Amino acid sequence: MKLRHLITYLILLVLTISIVYPALWILMSSLKVGDSLYSETFIPKAFTLDHYKELFTNTRYHYSRWYMNTIKVAVLSAILGTFMTLLGSYAMARFRFVGRKFGLMGMLVLNMFPSFMSLVAIYVLLLQFDLLNSHWALILIYSSGAFINNVFVAKGFYDTIPRSLEEAARIDGASHWKVFTNVMIPLSKPMLTYVSLVIFNGAWVDFIFARLILRTVDQETLAVGLYDIVNQQNATDFTFFAAGAVLLAIPVLLLFVWLQRFLVDGLTAGASKG
Amino acid sequence: MTRHSTPATMLSVLFMGMGQWYNRQFMKGLLFIAVELFGIYWIVTRLGNSIAGLISLGHTPRTMVKVDKVYQMVDGDHSIFLMVEGLISLLVVFIFVALYVLNIRDAWATAKARDSGVEPHVFKVTLKNIGNRYFPHLILFLPLTASLMLLVMPIIFTILIAFTDFAAPNLPPAKLVHWVGFEVFNKLTYLGTWSKTLFGVATWTVFWAIVTTITTYLLGTVVAVLIAQKGIRWKKMWRTLLIIPFAVPNLVSLLVFRNLLNSEFGPINQYLEWMGLSGLPWLSDPFWARFTVITVNLWLSFPLIMILVTGVLTTIPKDLYEAAEVDGASRFFTFRAITLPLVLFSTAPIFIAQFASNFNNFNVIFLLTNGNPIMPDYVYAGGTDLLVTWLYKLTLINNQYNFASVLSILIFLVVASLSIINYRNTQAFKEEDMIQ
Repeated sequence: MKLRHLITYLILLVLTISIVYPALWILMSSLKVGDSLYSETFIPKAFTLDHYKELFTNTRYHYSRWYMNTIKVAVLSAILGTFMTLLGSYAMARFRFVGRKFGLMGMLVLNMFPSFMSLVAIYVLLLQFDLLNSHWALILIYSSGAFINNVFVAKGFYDTIPRSLEEAARIDGASHWKVFTNVMIPLSKPMLTYVSLVIFNGAWVDFIFARLILRTVDQETLAVGLYDIVNQQNATDFTFFAAGAVLLAIPVLLLFVWLQRFLVDGLTAGASKG
Repeated sequence: MTRHSTPATMLSVLFMGMGQWYNRQFMKGLLFIAVELFGIYWIVTRLGNSIAGLISLGHTPRTMVKVDKVYQMVDGDHSIFLMVEGLISLLVVFIFVALYVLNIRDAWATAKARDSGVEPHVFKVTLKNIGNRYFPHLILFLPLTASLMLLVMPIIFTILIAFTDFAAPNLPPAKLVHWVGFEVFNKLTYLGTWSKTLFGVATWTVFWAIVTTITTYLLGTVVAVLIAQKGIRWKKMWRTLLIIPFAVPNLVSLLVFRNLLNSEFGPINQYLEWMGLSGLPWLSDPFWARFTVITVNLWLSFPLIMILVTGVLTTIPKDLYEAAEVDGASRFFTFRAITLPLVLFSTAPIFIAQFASNFNNFNVIFLLTNGNPIMPDYVYAGGTDLLVTWLYKLTLINNQYNFASVLSILIFLVVASLSIINYRNTQAFKEEDMIQ
């Protein structure tokens, strides 16, 4: 083996260890007996699944409640956000009407506003109108934000579907609505799946808006709940946290494994455009 | 040939719906008349008040009033409600004007058609036509309304707040809010403690954005190139393992790092002590906290660049390297003369986008250090706080809404100008009609 290769392997090995270590450490911690952060050995002397059981039985935290809240918020945001993206992108891609160019420009500009731009206003408005602490406020914010973020991806998808398809249907006497529901929606399944999973994932792990809007422990989502466990002055439930973190990460990991192909393709396509 | 179009247009300018009646489209005319009547009623009864409210933001705060010998709280004007109401009124006026224009256009177009001998549609046909011709408008209604209410309105509202004195302890309903012009901007740039904090936090934010972008870029590229070398085995395994930080939600990784780097019980300091070194204050000393956030961010974000560069590397033609080898170029020279320029060229847009997203990297800072350690001479900010986390704290914890609004405007200016540079480079917008 050449020296150059040896050095390469060495670097890759060191990197890999430092990458894998935190993930393994949190997994080991979640399986360890006791509740403290301190541990004598990396691999625990005794394994236990108690902490996972505790997640759903412990009454001091509302972990199962958080899990249900998160599922509710993420699923509803994904449905509503995907629906809006579908309608908006289809109209923008397939029709030419007065105000279309202006609308596209407007969406581009809106896309540039960081979500922080409206954070103050959203908080003040919700506070004044007594809408803080509501899951629906969160869902509406996620889904309308997701619409603006995804509309160009979806529009790009429709731009690639040949026009002759719908022209044929139109000649057969189908109305716009019929063409939309019977021809276009079935064709857009891959795009819709992708968009809804992206929205789901965003809502699943979002901390910023969830912390801003959700006020009481029983309304909190996983992100906020877990943060609170860690952020306490004398956090004594480290292993509980570890198990909770593992369970939060698993759905996203599964999604990622499934989505990886699309993600990498999309990213590289965007990158090599020059 | 303008028998009908002139009177129809004039009539609909005079009163909505009249032109349609002239065109013998009674149902449609009736609808427009109803809109106009409602509009007049609304303008007379509401518009004046709500515009006045938007301008004055109220006159009487909540006060104690003596009622039947007992003092009672009596609600006065609520400045924020007045502001929102004024904004909504302006929106209604805008919609009304748009409908008015639509009405005139419609009357003119129908009359023009009549002039050339086409009979105006009866109402049923009109309805069917709307479903057909205005299909895109119909399906756009829901997403457009949602983004107007939840994105556009709040942004306008944020901009308005920046010009008021809406900050604790001056909070409605107990107090009134006033317009103060550019006072908040001035305070933030000139007033001792505020300007000191702004300068400190902004400098750190820019430094952070530059350093994180460059470090992730370098490491990502180097790793991608190392793995892509001829003769390196298990390429797929290395890539899969190194992609882990990208796959784990960063919320989890960051909270895990927070424990990992805990200076008392965290394993990193434990290992250091076993090696006979003293543990480091990873998260509690200004210098080390900054070092830590940059390093952890590197851990989190280099895989993305690695994936991208790997993609680009596969597109570089092999014969370029073969030619270089024939010419006897060194490895390093080939890298510098072929690989690096090509990679840089294709990933330049990503570079700018990365800078923008690092500039606003809320999660890394807030979840890892909470913006701490506390800096004694800063207002409501800590040593690792970026502009965005400072803004968040100002809003959520300290109720300094006007300062937070000014900050979001500043942040927007930076990010928007970066995005504009970036969008000019993307083809998506320019070439949209070329496919098909």
